[in-house]
Amino acid sequence: MSTTDTTRGTDQGAQELLARGRTSAIEELRERGAVLRMSEAAARSYQDEGGAASDTMILNMGPQHPSTHGVLRLMVELKGETVLRTKPVIGYLHTGMEKTGEDLTYLQGPTNVTRMDYASPLFNELVFSLATEKLLGIEAPERATWIRMLMCELNRMASHLLFMATNGMDLGAVSMMIYGWREREEVLRFFEKVTGLRMNHNYIRPGGVAADLPDGWRDDVIRLLDTLPSRLDEYDTLLTGQPIWRNRLQGVGVLTTEEALALGTTGPLLRSTGYAWDLRRDEPYLAYDQVEFDIIVGTYGDCFDRYAIRLAEIRESMRIVGQILEKIPNGDYRLQDKKVTPPPRARIDESMEALIHHFKIFTEGFKVPEGEAYAAVESPRGELGCYIVSDGSAKPMRMHIRGPSFVNLQTLAPLMQNGFIADAVAIISSVDPILGEVDR
Amino acid sequence: MTDLVLGLELAYWQQTSIKVLVAAVMVPTSALILGYVFLMKIMSFMQSRLGPMESGPFGLLQLVGDGVKFIQKEDIFPEKADKWVFAMAPIVVLVSTMLLFVFVPVGPDLVGEPVDAGIFIALAVSSISVIGILMAGWSSANKYSLIGALRATGQLIAYELPLVLAVVGVVIQAGTLNLQGIVAAQASGEMFGWGGIGNPYVFTQFVGFVVFMIAIQAELTQTPFDMPVAESEIVGGYQVEYTGFRFLSFFLAEFATAFAFAGIASVLFLGGWWVPGFDIDSNALNFLGPIVMFAKIMLVSFLIFWVRFTYPRFREDQLQSFAWKVLIPISLANIVVTGVLKVVF
Repeated sequence: MSTTDTTRGTDQGAQELLARGRTSAIEELRERGAVLRMSEAAARSYQDEGGAASDTMILNMGPQHPSTHGVLRLMVELKGETVLRTKPVIGYLHTGMEKTGEDLTYLQGPTNVTRMDYASPLFNELVFSLATEKLLGIEAPERATWIRMLMCELNRMASHLLFMATNGMDLGAVSMMIYGWREREEVLRFFEKVTGLRMNHNYIRPGGVAADLPDGWRDDVIRLLDTLPSRLDEYDTLLTGQPIWRNRLQGVGVLTTEEALALGTTGPLLRSTGYAWDLRRDEPYLAYDQVEFDIIVGTYGDCFDRYAIRLAEIRESMRIVGQILEKIPNGDYRLQDKKVTPPPRARIDESMEALIHHFKIFTEGFKVPEGEAYAAVESPRGELGCYIVSDGSAKPMRMHIRGPSFVNLQTLAPLMQNGFIADAVAIISSVDPILGEVDR
Repeated sequence: MTDLVLGLELAYWQQTSIKVLVAAVMVPTSALILGYVFLMKIMSFMQSRLGPMESGPFGLLQLVGDGVKFIQKEDIFPEKADKWVFAMAPIVVLVSTMLLFVFVPVGPDLVGEPVDAGIFIALAVSSISVIGILMAGWSSANKYSLIGALRATGQLIAYELPLVLAVVGVVIQAGTLNLQGIVAAQASGEMFGWGGIGNPYVFTQFVGFVVFMIAIQAELTQTPFDMPVAESEIVGGYQVEYTGFRFLSFFLAEFATAFAFAGIASVLFLGGWWVPGFDIDSNALNFLGPIVMFAKIMLVSFLIFWVRFTYPRFREDQLQSFAWKVLIPISLANIVVTGVLKVVF
């Protein structure tokens, strides 16, 4: 039966998982997660696997489901508790942020992109700023670079702590959820002090950062670095060595390096397969070549490796933050180029030119030379890229974000096949998608 | 049991109505106590938060308020539900819980019905709730409910066995199925010739106690055995379609059953209502017994909820293999060892 014969509902954009035999072979391949695993013919021959269609049940998980991390919708075909086919349906959080980006100036851009991956907003701002700076041909001052690094590493910790919380929650460890949030809160408190906001900071901007670090920031960071290790040890006690926890995660959702590369996955998902790929080391940006850190890789590519990698990455980030505290230089926190960054407030009262610059920047923004640029950073979820095409005006002609969550989401179908529902939940959790970034 | 309760002479119908009233009041009361103390407070303290603080002193009235809220809610029947079965299911579960309270003794004369096969019947009536859960899951016409109900059924059947087998060790040692008899046997027992606190079977039957606690954890569908309701997987299982009062019934039944099972565990393993230094027939125990029992029940409940708030959840297949491959062999070995030792000593 070809695709044209199938009756498709119009309600959900014809995205639903259809009954067996009513979908095309290539579609079925995808739903079975057959990337590199079986041929189209083999997928077809599985048509009768598990008996007649009446033996199986198509279950709709989401978009309102507690463990789909927001509004991911999964349609799964079940035989008993076993998952036969999976189809992720996305778009429930689509707010057109990429399109909106074309209507905002480069200065307003970070306010927009920061809302995409809301668990690690600073990375979005960073990647947008880096792409813009590439187009402008400028480079942020050294102190700004280090401030960006500090904030991003803290954000990575916050994001991974959030993962610890949700991963625990999805596997039934309710207390773990609160512990993860509790530690993340410590980090967010610091963010609030620096940027004024707990999320969606709009702190990293083209040309530097919005403001210098406040007085006493060093003490706050040191206090954070002092509290966290003992708390992470608690996680180890509570989860890592826990027999139930290990049984639930080890050997579940195994991904091989070939599959991971074929699917374009990055981040902890790729590293869990033993492939050491981290943009911080492989394509250094900011000042990552001046700090020491290890890239954590897994061995088996299963859910437990992904959990352990994220836990270890929190410790690694703390190591980086410790080095930043020592090495952070003094100087400007943003570029002293009045065409790109606003002048200091005091100058506006004294200088007519400063006033004009201020007015121009905040009304029409700064013009960016024609061209295109791609910048990529290692966000907590993988390679976060930003591609900007400029037509010479003050607004991007086209802005595209390569969201790691979106790409990583492709692994769901292969990972879930032949697992249990409970494994499916563990897998969604360990892929750790942020739907704001998936739908953009 | 004599007809004389606390020195009052009562007719049969008077006794019966008092017992029914007590059992009916105990169900919501015990559920409120456990819900407040453990679900709201202890859990909060474990998670570095305060829990409810606004309604009443220390949030004492929070659950009462919740109960009132539930009763006010609209009673929704899913369109395709099997209406009668759907409506009856929570009642079946609740009745099973009420029956449990009939058999738990809290004093020499304070027991609903001191049947000779006490522990056997108590465990038997506790299994009735499975039928209610299966009814709920089936009649809801919801896939999540159905999965939840089937999980619950498989789980309760698998764990009924270690539960009963763990009790057999106690029964062998006490030489009676009667719960009052088991309390008396523990009170008159001695540890290495010293009878100061009798011989609570938690020492001699420690393996049985552990197996029993694990099994009731599963019977009560508490984490790590909460797959039937696993909200992160099947969003509440058989309760998915229930609202208002019917949902409240499930909630009350869950916590009241925990209370009753904690009571049974106290009787079987912790010496029940007997207080060291008192004669087993002493009338004072009719007053002290319930207090002691309450303390022991709270202790056992604490264990149940402590585990619940700490551990992650098993997977369905792991749960089954844990019951059949680990718990049942252990409890069988326990029975053999107990039997041999009983004959030897």
